Amino acid sequence: MTFTEREQQAYVDAASADARVNVELETEGMTLNIGPQHPATHGTLRIVARLDGEQVVAAEPVMGYMHRGYEKLAEVRTYPQVTTLINRIDWLGSFANEVPFILAAERLMDIEAPPRAQWIRTALFELSRIANISLFLGDMGVQLGALTPVFFAFRDREFVLNQIEAVTGGRFHPNFDRIGGLKDDLPAGWIAETKSVMAKMRGFCDELEDLLMGNEIFEARTRGVGVIPDHVAASFGLSGANLRAAGVDWDMRRDNPCGLAYESLDWKVWTHPDGDSFARYWVRLQETREATYMVEQLLDGLPSGPIMAKVPRIIKVPAGEAYVATENPLGVMGYYVVSKGELAPFRVKIRSASFSNISVVPWVLRGVYVPDVITILASLYFILGDIDR
Amino acid sequence: MGLIESGKMPAPLTKLLNLSRKYSLWVYQWGLACCAIEMGAAFGSPRYDVMRLGVIPFPASPRQADLVVVSGTVTDKMVPSLLRLYEQMPDPKYVISMGSCANCGGPYWDSYSVTKGVDQIIPVDVYVPGCPPRPEALLEGIVLLQERIANEDIAARWRGDPIVVE
Repeated sequence: MTFTEREQQAYVDAASADARVNVELETEGMTLNIGPQHPATHGTLRIVARLDGEQVVAAEPVMGYMHRGYEKLAEVRTYPQVTTLINRIDWLGSFANEVPFILAAERLMDIEAPPRAQWIRTALFELSRIANISLFLGDMGVQLGALTPVFFAFRDREFVLNQIEAVTGGRFHPNFDRIGGLKDDLPAGWIAETKSVMAKMRGFCDELEDLLMGNEIFEARTRGVGVIPDHVAASFGLSGANLRAAGVDWDMRRDNPCGLAYESLDWKVWTHPDGDSFARYWVRLQETREATYMVEQLLDGLPSGPIMAKVPRIIKVPAGEAYVATENPLGVMGYYVVSKGELAPFRVKIRSASFSNISVVPWVLRGVYVPDVITILASLYFILGDIDR
Repeated sequence: MGLIESGKMPAPLTKLLNLSRKYSLWVYQWGLACCAIEMGAAFGSPRYDVMRLGVIPFPASPRQADLVVVSGTVTDKMVPSLLRLYEQMPDPKYVISMGSCANCGGPYWDSYSVTKGVDQIIPVDVYVPGCPPRPEALLEGIVLLQERIANEDIAARWRGDPIVVE
């Protein structure tokens, strides 16, 4: 194929015009500081992003704005007092924070909670998962410009909080778990009420599925955005729904249900092969629905009996070390408790899910566009208290 | 407005000014920790619905806000940004400190990284106790603040006299 001289000249002219435009549009690098205070977050994470035009070249999370020193404070609190503190690590699913610590202390003391306490514990654990993730399901809509889902989330979350409050006395921070069992039994009429609330929460999940899944904007903003492949997710230590959305079939509730009543339930671990923002949303939505069925099964099969094991009045944990991790709403949360036989733990190391989950942020934000930064961060779903502790 | 500077505000005018200020509070949300969720429930949820009190919770920047609700644990690392954004707010401005952490340090009273009370940094008008306070408690705090605004002498406020609480 040959060109006439005129065609060649036109091509050269067009190419040089392009080059001139590119020189004019060549942008200098810019540093965009997201946070520490951002209206879309309930916490203070700062992300320093280096931009080239609209694209992020490098992003680095700056943490510590919410550091409250739990590990140090736990050393000067007695064992029953520690649960008051650690409630506030992941403030949306507070009850779930207490469980691994109590299980670690029980393992050190060689006590096992009675079956009824274990089942109620598991039910409250799943209830706090529903209360936690339902807010994410609504919040993700806000980050994409859809305001309705968050109002639905706040509306329906209240019902779950009411149920938690009816048992524990606290909407947010129950402080209900004790070494060797639970503080109280369930109040009268609670089981029937909770079942109706669970049906309501399934309705909430259906509603959000109708609103967001299949919505063109939602799909365009989340499908194929922020893809984390399975080997990357595993190597960064991601856990929870972020890992399962990358196709890794790993759930501590099924694989290592230490001291919780998951073995006797009929349930499914949801995974998604894509690993993008949409997959993370989808997995969490299915998990919320699955959790409502789990709560119903737990309440149906609730064994009778005492709710406290025999525990000395003043709790002194024998010397030793124990690590217990459970599948919390945000991912794997573990406590490594070292005891020297005193009233207070000698050392508590907290492995919180969000801290590991945001370690992938510099990797996943490289090369994405600025508007996608917010949706990717929202879909990773971290809670600031869980990052900084 | 020479009237305000001269300190001779007629009583009906003061009343009218205060009435309009009281029912058009723009709130800047400083959501820091657990309390931010309860603040969100109070401001954003259909059950509590703060807008019926004449409070608008979504200003785009602190420069448009009359009231800041500091909800949650203020850490020493956070203090400079908090102070900077507070100074960006136009006068007259009000502060509600929500939750034990912002009031006095709360459960972190012996922590090395937590500021024990936001009132060490900025002047606080209303303290809402609780850990975290229920949304109703925050609404009561806002109503108390509105009462204070209704009884305020705008000329005294202009002169910068210390506010005396009866």
